[in-house]
Amino acid sequence: MSDALLRAEGLTRRFGGLTANQDVSLSLKRGELHALVGPNGAGKSTCINLLSGDLAPSAGRILFEGRDITGLASHQRSLAGIGRSYQRSNVFMPFSVFENVRLAAQSRRPRAWRVWAKALEDRAINERAEAAIAEVGLAAQRARIVGEMSHGERRQLEVAMVLATDARVLLFDEPLAGMGAEESMKMVELLRRLTTDRAILLVEHDMDAVFAAAQTITVMVNGQVLESGAPQQIRASAAVREAYLGDDEVVHE
Amino acid sequence: MDFVSFLIQTLNAVQYGLLLFLVASGLTLIFGIMGVINLAHGSFYMIGAYLAFALVAQTGNLFTALLLGIPLAALLGALLEWALFRHLYKRNHLEQVLLTYGLILVFEELRSLALGDDVHGVAVPAIFSASIKLSDTLSYPVYRLVISAVCVLLAIGLYILIHRTRIGMMIRAGNHDRDMVEALGIDINRIYLVVFALGVTLAAFAGMIAAPVSSVFPGMGNQVLILSFVIVVIGGIGSVWGALVAALVIGFADTFGKVLVPDYAGLAVYLVMAAVLLWRPEGIFKS
Amino acid sequence: MSASFNTFLKLLVLALVLAFPFVGSAFYTELVAKGLILAIFAMSLDLLVGVTGLVSFGHAAYFGVAAYVLALLTPKYQAANLWLSLPVAVLVAGLVALLVGFFVLRTRGIYFIMVTLAFAQMAYYIFHDTDLGGGSDGIYVNFKPSAAIAGWTPFDLDQPKALYFFILVCALAVYGGLRRLKESSFGSILQGIRDNESRMLAMGYATYRYKLAAFAVAGALAGVAGYLYGALYGFVTPEYLSWHQSGNVLLMVILGGMGNFGGAVAGAFAFVAMQEFFAAWTKHWQLLMGAVIVGAVLFLPGGISALPARLKRKPRESADE
Repeated sequence: MSDALLRAEGLTRRFGGLTANQDVSLSLKRGELHALVGPNGAGKSTCINLLSGDLAPSAGRILFEGRDITGLASHQRSLAGIGRSYQRSNVFMPFSVFENVRLAAQSRRPRAWRVWAKALEDRAINERAEAAIAEVGLAAQRARIVGEMSHGERRQLEVAMVLATDARVLLFDEPLAGMGAEESMKMVELLRRLTTDRAILLVEHDMDAVFAAAQTITVMVNGQVLESGAPQQIRASAAVREAYLGDDEVVHE
Repeated sequence: MDFVSFLIQTLNAVQYGLLLFLVASGLTLIFGIMGVINLAHGSFYMIGAYLAFALVAQTGNLFTALLLGIPLAALLGALLEWALFRHLYKRNHLEQVLLTYGLILVFEELRSLALGDDVHGVAVPAIFSASIKLSDTLSYPVYRLVISAVCVLLAIGLYILIHRTRIGMMIRAGNHDRDMVEALGIDINRIYLVVFALGVTLAAFAGMIAAPVSSVFPGMGNQVLILSFVIVVIGGIGSVWGALVAALVIGFADTFGKVLVPDYAGLAVYLVMAAVLLWRPEGIFKS
Repeated sequence: MSASFNTFLKLLVLALVLAFPFVGSAFYTELVAKGLILAIFAMSLDLLVGVTGLVSFGHAAYFGVAAYVLALLTPKYQAANLWLSLPVAVLVAGLVALLVGFFVLRTRGIYFIMVTLAFAQMAYYIFHDTDLGGGSDGIYVNFKPSAAIAGWTPFDLDQPKALYFFILVCALAVYGGLRRLKESSFGSILQGIRDNESRMLAMGYATYRYKLAAFAVAGALAGVAGYLYGALYGFVTPEYLSWHQSGNVLLMVILGGMGNFGGAVAGAFAFVAMQEFFAAWTKHWQLLMGAVIVGAVLFLPGGISALPARLKRKPRESADE
């Protein structure tokens, strides 16, 4: 447990009378792809929002590299090294691919207050952006306007933007949603590759992809963690079977 | 301040606050339900006051003027919704601001063309023209109490309309999710028409009953509009209850500001707003 | 519009404004000077509305505050020094904007529009209700600022031509500076905020700080315009801070098309021209102005500058369907 990059302990979030997350604990380790699964409304997105700082927990705490970051706002967590993508593509539509990623890279500049020097002439930032674009395989598309790209390409772009911020913990909210089979496979491949020196939390509905790629799987039901462990353990779990009863995706395996 | 003056100022504050509530409640409903920022809402208050002036001049009686003026205001509201505001719901705030700003100019100039730019007074109806003696030198006009009473009745009516009736249910549903309401087979356009006309009528009615105490003058709508904005900001967009509380707060801040620090009276209201912004930027009653 | 045509257009406009005082009458020279000042004003608002996506409806406050600073710094029987009073006026306008921004930027959307208006109205009442600047009657600026530096006077703003060219230089500097700022790292952050603020937060940008900086810069530049306006007309009234003024400058920005500053300049001149044209025609010119605004929003979404693109696109769209 000591090698956990990000650890959540007893996270609870209530919305009025509704408890969206109750006593959720999980840890993300470097070099590990950790999948968070569960039926709709299980609280997966709430969990990601709590980890990224978009929501404040009602109880519990979050440790990043041993430091308590529960009180940090989302932009402070991003600066600390936690990056995220959103369920719906959340990119700057009128900008080009390069401009999107460059803006992400620029966020790591201690002084982004330059008002005179032209942004496009900042070499170090440009190189970091180009590297991130190349890493997700969008190099050929770098000048395209994002608004004109396909859904799958936008999701790749989002990954590049997270990479450009040098995040060590990546939180991905359904990056495969709406993708074709081939695009999905490429994305899973990419996520696997990225895992080498980072920790990734992946919220995903596509069970084939999850079981193929993840080293650890956490199953959430009704805002609580039902089971957490290696894929074989999850597959064998009676509780998970019961929770997913009638849901072919797991049962037919 | 002795007790009697304090009492008088308190009554004035309540009366002013309640009057502002009539204007602000329509504004907040139109914001909350249609998502439209309507700068011209203050103009309806001005139009109401001038309607009262013109109709009293014709008929000689405020009650007859109200009887004629209220349907006219409702008609104006419905007409404007149908001709203009309907096309604004899906536009951005910037275009809404611009169009309604243009409307203010149009209304002010039309008023100037029709009735001139003079300041007018409207007589208090004879049966309410008495004053209640509070001390040897101080008394309180009955008409102001009548204004407060009418406003309270309207506030109760509004509460019942929104919380106890079918159309109120639709209004509340529309407040939360337009698509859902449409999916239920409810004609949302008709609700919008009714809500808008209701908002216009409330503002115009406030202008009509205020005419005898505040006099009738060009630009009177702008002053009320900006105070209504402050009320909506403090109360929270879409919250009629919030508007009522905030309107009373503003009524007190303005009235007592004028008494206690006459030189800076205009500022009291805005200081209250600044304090609320620090405390709850989304308004007091926004959950 | 092709890039070369754009450059040609800019040079043509520049040549026109440079030559104008030598060919136009004194009346029209003053009118063009007014247009240039309002262009500065509109460009400063464009930084908020067009670049950062902040619809401020209270921008006249900073314009008016700077004008009052000039009036208050001008002694009764003497001119204020330009090199002292202009920076002070701009600084004060920027600081007031910083203070107001601290509050208003805690809100978003409709709230932001209403709250900026309310704070501007508060500033209006300060000058309207107190004796600080002559109350509701306003205050005279009896002498144009003096450009003397240690006994040497490079130009004399009492000369209408000198004042005109000083205003022109200011307008060009503001245009150039804002263009440059938009292309900078800071500018790209502002555009990112306009487009998708939550994403900017997720990427680690403390957006509030950047918005506050933009708000203060825009206020300071509006102060440049207000100062020049006070100097040009020699008179400052609370109406400079009124919400009509805020509405008008917003109108200029939108009429001309947002986000590239050139549109704001065009909008400012279109506004001055319209005002003159309608006012020459009828006392009730605001009626026509209002009707034009309502019509423009209903029938021309995207502003005048979007008109050529719309006309071009229309036939193709209908062919698609």
